[in-house]
Parts: sequence; C-alpha cells; structure tokens
Amino acid sequence: MRERLVVIGNGMASLRFLERLTEAAPGLYDVTVVGAEPVAAYNRVLLSSLLGGEVDEGACAFRGLDWYESHGIRLITGAPVTQIDRENAMVIVGEAHVLPFDKLVLAVGSLPIRLPKPGMDLPGVLTFRDLADVAAIRRAAVAGAKAIVIGGGLLGLEAAVGLARLGVDTTLLHVMDRLMERQLDHAAADLVKRAMESRGIRVLLEADTATIEGEGRVERLVLSDGTVLPADLVVMSVGVRPNAGLARDAGIEVGRGIKVDDRMTSSDPRIFALGECAEHRGLVYGLVEPAYEQAEALSRHLIGEEAAYAGTALSTSLKVSGLPVFSAGQIEAPDGAETVVMSDPGLGLYRKLVIADDRLIGAVFVGDISEQGWCKSLIRSGERIADRRDDLMFGRAAPQAQSLAA
Amino acid sequence: MNAHVPDPVPVTVKTTCPYCGVGCGVLATPDGQGGAAIAGDPSHPANFGRLCSKGSALGETLSLDGRLLHPSVDGARASWDAALSTVADGFARIAAKHGPEAIAFYLSGQLLTEDYYVANKLAKGFIGTPNVDTNSRLCMSSAVAAHKRAFGSDTVPGCYEDLDEADVIVLVGSNTAWCHPILFRRMVDARTRRGTKLVVVDPRRTQTGEEADLFLGLEPGTDTALFSGLFVHLAETGAIDRRFVTEHTADFEAALERARTIAPDVPATARATGLAIADVAAFFALFAATPRVVTAFSQGVNQSAQGTDKGNAIINCHLATGRIGKPGCGPFSLTGQPNAMGGREVGGLANMLAAHMGFSAPDVDRVRRFWDAPAIVTGEGRKAVALFEGIRAGTVKALWVIGTNPLVSMPQADTIRESMGQLDLYVVSEAVDDSDTVRARGRTTVLLPALAWGEKDGTVTNSERRISRQRGFLPAPGEARADWAVMADVGRRLGFGAAFRFDGPAAVFREHAALSGFENAGSRDFDLTGVGAITDAAYADAAPLQWPLRDSGDGQARLFADGRFFTPDRRARFVAVEAPALASAPSPDFPFVLNTGRVRDHWHTMTRTGKSQRLSAHRAVPFVEIHPDDAAAAGLANGDLARVATFHGSAVLEVMVTAGVRPGSLFAPFHWSDATASDARVGALVRGVPDPVSGQPELKATPAAVAPVAYRHRGFLLARAPIRPPAGWWWARATVQGGSGLQFATQDSSREVALAMRGLFQGLDVADYADHGRGRYRCAVYDEGRLVACLALAPSAERPDWEAEKAYFAAPALEPSARRALLSGRAETASAGPTVCACHGVGLDVIAAAIAAGAGSVEAVGAACRAGTNCGSCIPEIRKMLPPALARDAA
Repeated sequence: MRERLVVIGNGMASLRFLERLTEAAPGLYDVTVVGAEPVAAYNRVLLSSLLGGEVDEGACAFRGLDWYESHGIRLITGAPVTQIDRENAMVIVGEAHVLPFDKLVLAVGSLPIRLPKPGMDLPGVLTFRDLADVAAIRRAAVAGAKAIVIGGGLLGLEAAVGLARLGVDTTLLHVMDRLMERQLDHAAADLVKRAMESRGIRVLLEADTATIEGEGRVERLVLSDGTVLPADLVVMSVGVRPNAGLARDAGIEVGRGIKVDDRMTSSDPRIFALGECAEHRGLVYGLVEPAYEQAEALSRHLIGEEAAYAGTALSTSLKVSGLPVFSAGQIEAPDGAETVVMSDPGLGLYRKLVIADDRLIGAVFVGDISEQGWCKSLIRSGERIADRRDDLMFGRAAPQAQSLAA
Repeated sequence: MNAHVPDPVPVTVKTTCPYCGVGCGVLATPDGQGGAAIAGDPSHPANFGRLCSKGSALGETLSLDGRLLHPSVDGARASWDAALSTVADGFARIAAKHGPEAIAFYLSGQLLTEDYYVANKLAKGFIGTPNVDTNSRLCMSSAVAAHKRAFGSDTVPGCYEDLDEADVIVLVGSNTAWCHPILFRRMVDARTRRGTKLVVVDPRRTQTGEEADLFLGLEPGTDTALFSGLFVHLAETGAIDRRFVTEHTADFEAALERARTIAPDVPATARATGLAIADVAAFFALFAATPRVVTAFSQGVNQSAQGTDKGNAIINCHLATGRIGKPGCGPFSLTGQPNAMGGREVGGLANMLAAHMGFSAPDVDRVRRFWDAPAIVTGEGRKAVALFEGIRAGTVKALWVIGTNPLVSMPQADTIRESMGQLDLYVVSEAVDDSDTVRARGRTTVLLPALAWGEKDGTVTNSERRISRQRGFLPAPGEARADWAVMADVGRRLGFGAAFRFDGPAAVFREHAALSGFENAGSRDFDLTGVGAITDAAYADAAPLQWPLRDSGDGQARLFADGRFFTPDRRARFVAVEAPALASAPSPDFPFVLNTGRVRDHWHTMTRTGKSQRLSAHRAVPFVEIHPDDAAAAGLANGDLARVATFHGSAVLEVMVTAGVRPGSLFAPFHWSDATASDARVGALVRGVPDPVSGQPELKATPAAVAPVAYRHRGFLLARAPIRPPAGWWWARATVQGGSGLQFATQDSSREVALAMRGLFQGLDVADYADHGRGRYRCAVYDEGRLVACLALAPSAERPDWEAEKAYFAAPALEPSARRALLSGRAETASAGPTVCACHGVGLDVIAAAIAAGAGSVEAVGAACRAGTNCGSCIPEIRKMLPPALARDAA
C-alpha cells in the first residue's frame, strides 16, 4: 500500500512541490492536498496586476482541477485545517475531514500583519494577501475613492500601483525614510519612489500612522505628527508572519516559523514544512524563489534522492510597476568595501555593485537588472571579479549574457 | 548663439579666402541669419572652384561668438572717440618725449592691402617711425630677401600655371598637401595628366612627402648643401644655359666656387645632407634632364637662420639653367598668408619703404614728394625680433598690433609677453575678444574692434601676384570698423588730415596704385598703373588681376623671360651662399632639434579655424611628433603627455610617435595658445635666431629636450559653452558640434572630479558612473532631457576616446541606449529591450527573438530564455507576445 502524503496548503510552494514530485515519481504517494482558500493554487505574484485590472482571474490560474485529478492528487479546497493530531497521524479539518497521513507537508504560508493601532478593525481597513482581499479592495475602490496604503515594501507598492491603475486617489505611507529599505539603498529607493509618483501615487516617507478613524467605517487616517489624511479605504501591507500556529499547537518545534533542517524536515521526522511558514537555519523567506528551491529539495528528498536545501542567497528580483528591481547581498558598502555605481535618474536607471577585497558582496539594480543572475552566483561563490567589473556593470555581450545568465 | 543682424536680400558675393597665400576665389551666399553658404568660385584662376578643408568650413567661423565688438581703454568700454583720442594723444606724447621711433606698428599678412597701405603711410610717412613690421617677417621675408638679392626686386617670377605645365616639381620645406592644398591638387592633377614627378625635400616625411615620387628626408637645415651640390652637378654635366648666364646674370663663378666648397659632388652632398647617395644622384639627374622644373619652397626654407641663403641656393640653380620666367619652370615662393604679398607691395615691412621702393635717397625722395610727407623716415626700422627686443629694452614705448597674435606666434613668446607691461601705450586692433595678445596689458591698453573676413572690403594678393577682391557680405557687427578707416582717423587726429582723406577702400587702392606707377617707367617690378584710375564701381566689380599692370591694364603672368631684371645693370645675381649650419646645435641638455609648423585644418593661432567643429576634429590637442626609437628611449608611448623644453620655455604636448620625423628631431604645431590650451605655447620654446639678411627668425630648429609627464587621469569634457578647467589641469579646448570640448589630464582623484562636475552643473540632472576604486568616472548632464555636458575620466593609460560622445552631443535627442552608452563608454549594443521577466532579467527583444526562433508556447519561451520560469508574473505578457493562434493553444 502506498504511503499517504498529506499537504496542507495549496499555494505556489505547494503546487511547485506537487509538480516536481509527480513528475519525478508519478504515483509514488497517495497524495491529498487541503487548502483553506476556495480555489486551487494560483499565482499570488499577479495579485497586484489583478487588482489593477491588467489581468483577469483566469490569468492567475496555474493548474486546472483536471491536472490534479490526472496526477492522482486529491484536492480539497475551502478547507482550513483545524488541528494536526500527531499521535494518531491525522489532519483534522473542523467537522468536515479527517485525513490520516504517513507523511505531512506544511505549506501554509504566512499571515498579513495588522498594526496594533486604534481603528484597525474598522470596515474599509483591508489587507492584501489573497484573492478575497483583492475582491474586497476592488469593491471598495469605487470612483472618487481615496485610498491609503500603509507599508512601503514590495506588496504595499504593488497594492498602491494596482489602486492607482483603478483610478483611485492613492497615497502610500511608509514609516522608514525610504521605500523597500531592506532591499534598496537610498538612490535606488528614490528611483522607485519617482516611478510610483509618475503613476500618480503620493508617497509619504517617515509617515507613522497614529490612528484610523471613522463612524462605523474608515473615514480618515491620522499620522503621529498630526497630519489628517481623508480615506475611504486603507490597505494594510506592513509585512507578514509565518503561519505557524497549527504546528505550534501540535507541539512541533517553532521559532518564528516552523523549524526545518536541510531536508525541510521539522522536529517530527514525518512532518515537513516549506515556503513562507518554514524557518530554515534561522531564516524565514517571504519570496517565491526560495520556496521553489525548497519545493525542489523536498520533492527529491521524498522520492528518496539525495537532496539538501542550503538556503537561498538573499536577493530580490521583481518589477515595481513595470520597473525592474534587483537587490542581493549587502546593499551598503561596509567599511573597507567599495562601490561601483551607474546612475541615470532621468532614465530610471541605477546599478550599484558592492565590492570588498575584489569580491562581489552586494548589488542593487533598478531599471535594468541584467546580469543579476551572474551577480547572485558571484556573491555566492566569492570569486574574484577584478576583470569583470565592467561586464557586471554594463552587461556582457548580448549572446553570452543570455546563455550564461544564471 | 550670437549672429550678425540678418541681411534682408541674400545674394552671392565673390570674395577671396582669408587663409593661405594660394588666394582661392570663394562664393559666399549669406543665409540672412548671419551665416553664409560657402563654395569655391569656378571662375577664379587660383582654384577654379575648388576649396580645401579650411576654406570649405568658412561658414562655420562667421558667428559673433567671441568677437570683440566695442572699443575699450584699460578694460573699460569706451567710445571710439575716447579710444582713438587715447591712441593719438599717447602717440603724440610719446613722440614728443622719446622721438617717433619709440612708436612701433606690428601688422599682419591677414590685413587687406588697403589697411596695410594706410598703416605704412601713417607710420613711415607722417608719424615718422620706421618701426613697422609684420608677421610676414615670420613667414616669407627670407624669400623676399632672396628675390631682391637675385633679381633686384621682390618678384615671384612665375605663376600657378607653371605648376600645371611642369614636368618636375621640387617642393622644398613645404607641406603643400596640408598648407596649400589647392595648389597641391593642381600638382597631383599635373602628375595624372602629364606624368609630372614630385620631389619633396623635407626633414619630416609629411603627407606631402608620402605623395612624392622621390622623397629626400634630409637633415634639418642642410637644404643649402643639397642645392649647392645640384648647382655643381649642373655645371659639371653641361646643364648650364651658358647664353642666359652670360647675357643676363652676374657672379656665376663666385657662387659656383662657393657651392663647390659646400658640396663638390654627389657623395659629398649625400654626406652633408644625410641622404642616400642614390637618392641625391637621382634627384640631380632628374633636375638636370628636365627643362620644365619648378622649385617651390615655403617655411622650411624661409623660417631659418640661413633662410635667405637657402632661397638663393635654389634660385642659383634656376638662373644657371635659364629656367625662369618660362612656362613650367622657375623658383616659386609659396607664401603662407593671404596677403603677405600685398604687405610687401605697400612696403609694410621695416626694411621697405613703399611700393617696392627701399631707402635709397631717390626712393625716399620720390615717396616723400608723392605723399607730401616731410617727416618721412629715411632708413630701415626694427624687424619683428628687434622690434620686440626694443620693447623689452625700453626704447619702444608704444605698440599698435593689428590683426595678429604675436604673443603666441613670436619666438620666445613668453619673454615677449612679459615685456608688454613696459609699454606706455599698447593698442590692439582685433576681431576676437580673447587671445593671448588681447589678454596682455601695457601701462595703457586700448582694444579696438576690427572687421573680420566677410565684413571687410578690399584687396589681397596671392603667391602668383594676383590681386583679388575680398568683399564684405555681412554687416559690420557691434562697433567694429575697418582698420584702414581707424588708422586714417588717428592720422587726422594727429593733424595729418590732408593725407588721410579716403572715402573708401577704392580711394586707398587708387593712391596705392598711383604710387606704384609714380616715376616708375619700367624701373620697378611692382606697377599698377593700369588700374591707377580705377573707379569705385570698377573696383567694386574688379575681377582678379595679375601684376605688373602697366599702362594697358593687362596683367603679366611671368617675368624675366626676357632676361631683364631689376638690378641697376638689369642682370640677375648668383649668390655665394654660406655653408649650412644650425644656428643652435643640440646639446646634452637639449639633444633634439625642435621643428614647428602647421596642421592641416588649423590656421595660425586658431582664432578663426578654432570656431569650426569640422576643423577642430582633425587634431584636437597640441602634440609633438617623435621618432619611434627616440620615443622608446624616452619612455614615451603614443598618446602620452610629454614636456618639451628648450632653453626658452616649455610646453606639455601629447606624444605622436611616427617614423615621419627623423631620429633626433621633434615636430610640434604652433597653433595652440593660452586661450586654447593650458600649456602649449610652442612659440615660447623657439629660440628664433634671425637670418642675417632677412631678419626672419629660425622657427624650425631649436635644441630641445623631451620627457614624460605623468598625470593620474586623462579625460574629456563636452559642454554647450566653453568651461574653464580647474587650476592644475592640463587641457586643450576644441570646438565640437553643438558646443565646446576639452581634452584634459589631471592629478585629481575621480572623486574630486565627480564633485567638481556636481558643482559645475548644480540644478541639472546628472547621470553618472563612478568606479572610484579604479579611477573611472563618467557623467552626463541633462537639462530637461537635453544633453548639456558629458565627461569621461580614466587612468591616464586609457585616454577615453570622445568620438562616440561627440556624436551624441551633436544629436538633437538621445535614445535610452545612447544615454547608457554615455555612461558606459561602450558602443551602443543591441539592447535586450525593456525587462519583461524580472526574475531572470529577460528583455522584450530577447523573448521576441525566442518566439521568432520557433518558441511557440510560454513553456517553450521559458525553455529558450528562462523568461517566466520563476515567479511567473510575466507569463501574461509573454503570452501576449505569442502569435494569436499559438497563444490560444498555449492557454
């Protein structure tokens, strides 16, 4: 009899894991996937495009229900798991399902954070995490509405762009002195800010929200400096925390996320975690790339291949409102390090390499992120780069760049 | 940009080029915007419609940028009345206190004949100073002296048609291909048409030498030995025209005897000149066997401490063979300047009086009577070198410089510049508002705005004695006035009104022509009697004329075919020349021989050609040519900077390694000044020993040393307006399309340069690339999207090239790829297009190429170029790019 493999969560990490597993070893496991959302895994990265109306829901879909069926996967949607019963090796979904497992994969993602400020629970204060959020925001974003997005990280920027594209008067608040401060230095962040502003988004930095007010519904937001901003809609995008409550309740070892080893194995050798809910070597990732690498590693491990996940070099590659942005490694030069910078603000172009002892230790690119793969591999390998600085900065000759892009 | 006031009715005007002595006809068609379309005049007998690079670019030099437009006294703007009162009162006071000889005029081969005439008359006839000299002293006064010694007159015997009809043309000390390009075209045409052989005699293998059938790269200063050897060879091989020599010449034997002591035979000639015996023999045989031979010479002969002897050594060979004054043969001085000949005609040099008359008592008396000038001078004045020495010595108290830049072009120019402060009165008539000469100050300094080419009106004479009209086709800008009118005004203020009542250039010309014919009757070569009564209308329309123009008014193309010269006995003279020896020999401290000269596309001190971006592109920095062996020994490579030093001064020049210069020789162009470069006043390096006969200084053989100069960084800066470089930088300025360019070298760090740029362009959008760890910095400055400046800096060895950036700078708008290329310094490459896949950095064009190559689905595109294989957020975009049918299948 085949082993029973239960996967909790049907997000992007979960789907990539299922794809890799069933490609490599079709039918090896009796697989059941149980997801809280009412639909099968979709492309969460496209939510901002969906919000802005650039794509429809169909474009966000990855695999149809027929794919799950044809790959022998039992998919249960709209089913939030309520308990993991380790003693009996069962996953319990309220009164609806009891799913016994031999192996269990937790791919339950993360939960949006709500700031602990007065008025945070007023109707019209929303988060931006899933299809339901998008639908809620779109309902609130009527013509003439004033929207405020709190949070100048990637998701906040994308939410603001989506809102602006809907024609909503949008203000983005960020408590730090620059956008995306963990990924970008000041110059790069300033370009991103310019790009946001060119979309008609008002960006307020060092804007600390004090309260959200309104009679039965959000009407205004007050900053700690007393500024009052009228608002019909507030989107909270101040970060996420790993969704580790289920595991914690089950007595699985949890730090910030569910602690796993290089084989994505939790403190219970039958139970694995991947994606944003997992904590690997003390790090919790919030991006799709490490989740995919983890899915790769776990799928190989579960079919008996030698596999280990060694962590993902911290890097970000994305587009903010069509503006490509890349950041990896150290974004500011530590003492003794040097930088190479190319900047053309009028062109929305910024490229910085951070170099210490002839080794690349960081890179920040805006507007043109070519050679970003090479940068990542050089940061990882620590190779000397003396004769490659120009190529890293300006790009190698085109054909080579494509074939070698890591 | 500054421009002349629009002229309502543009018509094409026939005029004459203001550059070299070829004197090409130019058709100028004003555009009504202050500029003009320029073309060669097909009907002009000098050029038949052709123009060289400089002439063709005249239209780029007409803007009023950098023009002197108002008089000033001691730096403060003044009325003409006040300025000329200062001049006239100063002259009167100085003449009264120190005598009129304390007043000196330094004129120019750029002046029109009419300007020259009034200057000469004012100084020599009325102020009473013989101290009138001109930059022509630096140009062809040795040719003048050689002519006078041989012919008894300053006569160019032949004409340009002789170049068309010669079978051998010997070019001596003349880079004709660069300096008289239109004549060189005629020579090359003759070679094509009739097989004319070109022999080039020059210590430097110039572009002209490259074109030669026989190149004789002799040692500097040994021309006299070569032509002495030739003279002996002609005598010993029966090539002498015995009858001509006997009937029409004198002193043959003495000259031949002297030649024998210098170069008795071919091997001795080869030894004396450093040439191969076979080359010397080939040259002698060719010359001896060819009746139609023209020997054309210019500055390599003239600018020498033995220049007059060099000229006579050449003329001796033509007299000996009777090859003079006949079609296709003769000695031919190619004059450097557009109106050196006109200056000679009016007598505007210190050793001439007027109209080819000197200081013999009858000549002085004749001119005194003609001018009604009781105070006329009776003897020679100070030639250029002595004139400026007189200033330093304090005997010359007032100097009026008209139309030239002696503080750049004179030998020992730094010493001369320092001495200007001793002048009680320093007057400069100029068209430009910044030159080293304009910057200088006397105790009192008067600047007078002059008309420039295209504005002034008069005549010039070219190398073949052809007088052509230079006509104005643009209005006088600002308060600028004609030089002749200004000098006539000063004459009136000094109380000589009756002698200066000219109502226009035609009136000046008539008097000049009348003086040439006054009591002449064939006794003097220069005679314009035929046009002495020319009306204003006829003058206005005058076609080019060749003198002598005796009664009939028909010009004479050649002289001396009849064997009658202008010596008292009408016989030509052979001259016994001195053996060649450099005036200053190289020494252990100064082991090289420094030669100076021109580049193809610049003229004199660049005050006009420097305004043209086309002409500034050919050679944008001052340079020194050095032989590869010498460069290696000195540790110099092409493009390095080197300090070239002589006893008199030094300059820092870019090294150009070339086998075209002899080992032991250096060559540097003299065009750059403090107005155009930081440290390239080559004139200051030149010793300038004057020729004992002509007074022309030696500009082509100063002992010199050369050593590398190390700067940390080299770079360039392009800007819309000239930028003053920071102190301590080495730099050279060049006009570029749409602005002004600097090539520079600096000890500053790239960080300091970056800061300086930020400071210079505050408030504008600065894009830059900084790799300070490697000393690299590039920046581009935009003003509302328009490129207004760009800079590149790199370690010295790399010397950033600016050709691509110049093209961007000239472009009306820049594509993003061009803006990036400005920062990278790399050629624009096929761009990957706007990024579609952010995760893998894949651009639109790359995806399009993958699809074009057959990728028919999102997955196939991903397999081909990785786009869309990570987060997948770009998949909708990729899908849209697929052909509709495929996109549907893929969906």
